[in-house]
Amino acid sequence: MLPAPFEYHAPRTVDEALDLLDEFGDDAKVLAGGQSLIPLLKLRFASPGHLVDINKIKELDFIEERDGTLRIGPLFRHKSAERSTLLASRYHVMADAAPMIADPIIRNRGTIAGSVAHADPSGDWGTVLLAMDAGLVLRSKKGARTVKARDFFSGPFSTALEPTEILSEIRIPAAKAMTGGSYLKLERKVGDFATVAVAIHLRMDDGKVGSAGIGLTAVGPQNLKAEKAEASLEGVRLDDAAIKQAAALAADAADPKADQRGSVEYKRNVVRVFTERGLKRASERARGGG
Amino acid sequence: MGQPITVTVNGETRSAEVEPRLLLVHFLREKLRLTGTHIGCDTTHCGACTVLVEGTPVKSCTMLAVQADGQQVTTVEGLMTSGALHPIQVAFKQEHGLQCGFCTPGMMLTSVALLKDNPDPSEDNIRWALSGNICRCTGYMNIVKAVKSAAVQMKAAAEVPAETAAARS
Repeated sequence: MLPAPFEYHAPRTVDEALDLLDEFGDDAKVLAGGQSLIPLLKLRFASPGHLVDINKIKELDFIEERDGTLRIGPLFRHKSAERSTLLASRYHVMADAAPMIADPIIRNRGTIAGSVAHADPSGDWGTVLLAMDAGLVLRSKKGARTVKARDFFSGPFSTALEPTEILSEIRIPAAKAMTGGSYLKLERKVGDFATVAVAIHLRMDDGKVGSAGIGLTAVGPQNLKAEKAEASLEGVRLDDAAIKQAAALAADAADPKADQRGSVEYKRNVVRVFTERGLKRASERARGGG
Repeated sequence: MGQPITVTVNGETRSAEVEPRLLLVHFLREKLRLTGTHIGCDTTHCGACTVLVEGTPVKSCTMLAVQADGQQVTTVEGLMTSGALHPIQVAFKQEHGLQCGFCTPGMMLTSVALLKDNPDPSEDNIRWALSGNICRCTGYMNIVKAVKSAAVQMKAAAEVPAETAAARS
């Protein structure tokens, strides 16, 4: 299968890339890892006239914690996330999710930002970013704006990203002390998309929940943030009753469709079970265990 | 609307003019006639088309040839050196790590990258590393055995001091 013809651009700087996007607008697509975009081009689900390959802009491959923010660049690949000691030690939800993305060969090339911009409702990273209350920096020739993850996704494969913009940085509030997380994913086989997955990012404060982030994968038209479940946990002691209640609210927030991976009831139940397990695991990790 | 590219394939510099939409796998198979790289699913699932780009396993059906411009690519044809099979090739042969052989080039290239990264992998490490390469005949048992055996051979070879190796040959 060959993609439809397009013109290929490999800019060396971000400004050059933004100029190209400004010039070609809706007829251009940004190519990062290409592990979703190239299959789409081959299947002719997309046939842009111009491809702007950012892989030659090496400075876009970064991860750093600075000024209370974890910053991730658009070329930071799944493999780098999988191997990051920083993520393993303090951002458990990301460290858990990374090795569950597709398969190892795809992880060698695919990027976190590309996956988020692609906005597959069964994608994992959007859910993780929703749980972590991340901000997304969208940059165009005219300037940059930051959109919260919860305002970024607008439907299947649809986001707030304008054709002239590039997702130039992911910003996550730096993990404070007593923070733990988890990502639990049910898949039919290794490398499959999620049947259901649940992301938890939890900060404990003096024996009570300081803040709780809960994201849901593949159970709605987009990655979901279970806001009622999150709110139910704020300031409370994380006992069995609180966990059960939050899990029930998360299951209510899910809006799954029946398909070959399972029925509506089944998927909702997996959300409930994973939210319970995930909260327990996250709280253990927040206390320095697990 | 050809675009000039220069790719180092198996140590040889190859220049060509290609359409931007040409996939790396087609460049290798059709322009360079290196047909050891197989097209399996053509949808980024099976790993049959795996090659090494700058030493890293990549599905060559999911990368454009123009993206390989200026880079080093290794295909299965590049594993053999001066007439001798690579230890991974020997091991796949000895352990019967294949039946039809269709997935084998991808399996071996992914394994080579794994062994470079981790010369002493556990069975779990091997299975995990190969989870993007699908085999439909062997059931993986002998593939895993082959990778283990190659690891042992390569480690032993690396431990022989260069002088002794020269004296023996």
